[in-house]
Amino acid sequence: MSQHPKAGHAAHADEGKHGSVQSYIVGFILAVILTVIPFWMVMDSNVSRKATLIAISLFAIVQIVVHLKYFLHLDFSTEGKPNTFSFLFTALVIVMLVGLSVWIIFSANALMM
Amino acid sequence: MFGKLTLEAVPYHEPIVMVTLAMVALGGLALIAAITYFRKWNYLWTEWLTSVDHKRIGVMYIIVALVMLLRGFADAMMMRSQLALATNGALGYLPPDHYDQIFTAHGVIMIIFMAMPFMFGLMNIILPLQIGARDVAFPFLNSLSFWLLVAAVVLMNLSLGVGEFARTGWVAYPPLSGLEFSPGVGVDYYIWALQISGIGTTLTAVNFLVTVLKMRAPTMKLMEMPIFTWTCTWANVLVVASFPILTAALGMLTLDRYLDFHFFTSDGGGNAMMYINLFWAWGHPEVYILVLPAFGIFSEVISTFTGKRLFGYKSMIYASGVIAILGFVVWLHHFFTMGSGANVNAFFGIATMVIAIPTGVKLFNWLFTIYRGRLRFTSPVLWTLGFMVTFTIGGMTGVLMAVPGADFVLHNSLFLIAHFHNTIIGGAVFGYLAGFTFWFPKVFGFKLNEKWGKASFWFWQIGFYFAFVPLYILGFLGMTRRLNHTDNPDWTPWLYVACIGAVLILFGILCQFIQVFVSVRDRKKLVDESGDPWNAHTLEWATSSPPPFYNFATTPVVHDIDAFTDMKEKGIAYDRPARYAPIHMPRNTSAGLIIGAFATVGGFAAIWHIWWLAIVSLVGIVAAFLVRAYDNDVDYYVQPAEIERLENAHLAKLAKA
Repeated sequence: MSQHPKAGHAAHADEGKHGSVQSYIVGFILAVILTVIPFWMVMDSNVSRKATLIAISLFAIVQIVVHLKYFLHLDFSTEGKPNTFSFLFTALVIVMLVGLSVWIIFSANALMM
Repeated sequence: MFGKLTLEAVPYHEPIVMVTLAMVALGGLALIAAITYFRKWNYLWTEWLTSVDHKRIGVMYIIVALVMLLRGFADAMMMRSQLALATNGALGYLPPDHYDQIFTAHGVIMIIFMAMPFMFGLMNIILPLQIGARDVAFPFLNSLSFWLLVAAVVLMNLSLGVGEFARTGWVAYPPLSGLEFSPGVGVDYYIWALQISGIGTTLTAVNFLVTVLKMRAPTMKLMEMPIFTWTCTWANVLVVASFPILTAALGMLTLDRYLDFHFFTSDGGGNAMMYINLFWAWGHPEVYILVLPAFGIFSEVISTFTGKRLFGYKSMIYASGVIAILGFVVWLHHFFTMGSGANVNAFFGIATMVIAIPTGVKLFNWLFTIYRGRLRFTSPVLWTLGFMVTFTIGGMTGVLMAVPGADFVLHNSLFLIAHFHNTIIGGAVFGYLAGFTFWFPKVFGFKLNEKWGKASFWFWQIGFYFAFVPLYILGFLGMTRRLNHTDNPDWTPWLYVACIGAVLILFGILCQFIQVFVSVRDRKKLVDESGDPWNAHTLEWATSSPPPFYNFATTPVVHDIDAFTDMKEKGIAYDRPARYAPIHMPRNTSAGLIIGAFATVGGFAAIWHIWWLAIVSLVGIVAAFLVRAYDNDVDYYVQPAEIERLENAHLAKLAKA
């Protein structure tokens, strides 16, 4: 153990990007903007209900991508396959879980309202 | 000062609860006294409680699972005996208020605190060994996950003596689980126990996914990983995809109950159906999370005890993957009757039926593995054969209920109860018990007694049919689930038979505990020096039993799916390496235990609205985590001299054996 006092740090050297202060701030500002706009649309705007729903959904999806890129440091460039899998996984969850849930609840509403 | 907590929270007036508590207290005191008398506190603390060794953590997971099996099964016995007594208008001995807590606790315990820890225990012990790794990717995180589970278990059991547990059924649907209809602390116990253990589960899955991707022996390709590792990996993908849904759903329910939100209450525009939807979007993948690793165990057992390579290795992996993905798009079959319409029901019904295809592929693969093999009828094989018959019946009744029209008749009936016990006991539990017997000699260095193992299997297997076939019939006769007492004379005989079945399963469980006791007593006779008692195929058998803390003296070189068989055939399985290199290992840490302790206190404080204590706990968790994060002395190197000493001792034993 005494031979390798810095072992804990050396092991981190070859890992992926950890992001800079700048990238965190950019991510934070984007996340805030993407949250505030849908809030405003719901709270007091005159946009139609349908347009609001579509807009919220789009903002939500962009929000997910922003989180992945700026906070989880995933992209298509450096490490290749594992990162791409993460994005595919995200897409799958959005399509399957969110998509099917929306379908389920809308169908139930349509029949009961 | 103490929020909603008063001395009246202790149920003095319930004799059943108080006697149980007294027995638990006596047992606990006896255990503490024994540890003190034998001066084992130091050993327990340094070798087990603060250990980050995946094998030790795995053993602790299984101990928790077995303890909770006893509690969950006690609940089952109470339900079956109550229903056998409370017929033809009699009221039985459990009032509805207590009975409702029992069936809720039974479901939560068996799924979350028995099956999950049993599965994670086996995965912890075996998966890193199978891929030739020294430990998991994040050993501290692994310890933390375990202690978060323990925190949840403690909360769950506290609800017995302090306050109450939920009376909502294990699904806790609002509005019943909302503040209006469940004003007590029962649902809060449910929420915090599930929430804390759920975080641990998610962390474990992330940990093991990284372990599989990054920590494999460098020569092992993905398509050379043992089948148990593969099925665990698919299960972990499902955990990562589905547990956040539970966290979010419970989070919203928490906001509804604590901060007057209206996510799931109709006033203020909430929608209770969304909870049902989210709960099952987690709940259905959850049952595949339980059963996929069991499929892996059966594959290992069958290929080992036939002495053959597993038939259709690749198709097994793809079938598991298809099951995992399809398992994520069928959740609506739990609420066909909610009323989403014919198109939605048809989509989910067909998706559900399609799952039978990859499952069938697996079944035929096991049969073809047995074909022309020389099957040794050991107790793990018995569990596997019992599974193949029992699980197939459970699968077929499942396909039956996947027809939405049929489900409208069978929904919430005892037919459903029989179906899911048929798949979870016949699939997951039989698998874990097979794995327990199969890998026991690897962990402790001696085999389990076969006679008691076989007795246990037959009691379980026969008891299972006695307990659950009547429930199928009762379902057809129109009996619904969660009834406290009945007055239909046609049901009575079947309720008696089901109770007899539960008693037979009780004998099965007793046989298992006797089996462990007898085997520990006769450990000298049952000892296995070879490290490979079954002549098995995969890497976990290449090292000694029990394995050294660093698992392998030199990283194994893999050329084949059955890596160890390949080594044995080439005659290099027990070769002494020319020289040993230093091994990089993680240091033990108490941080996981401390965070778990704070989580227990914090959960308790949140349940009883003791806000100052909740804040103290949260600060404690963050502080403990920061201390750990800034600790640079987290690893060390095992020196070649020590490795050589341990390996020579092992090789000397091998030469004798």
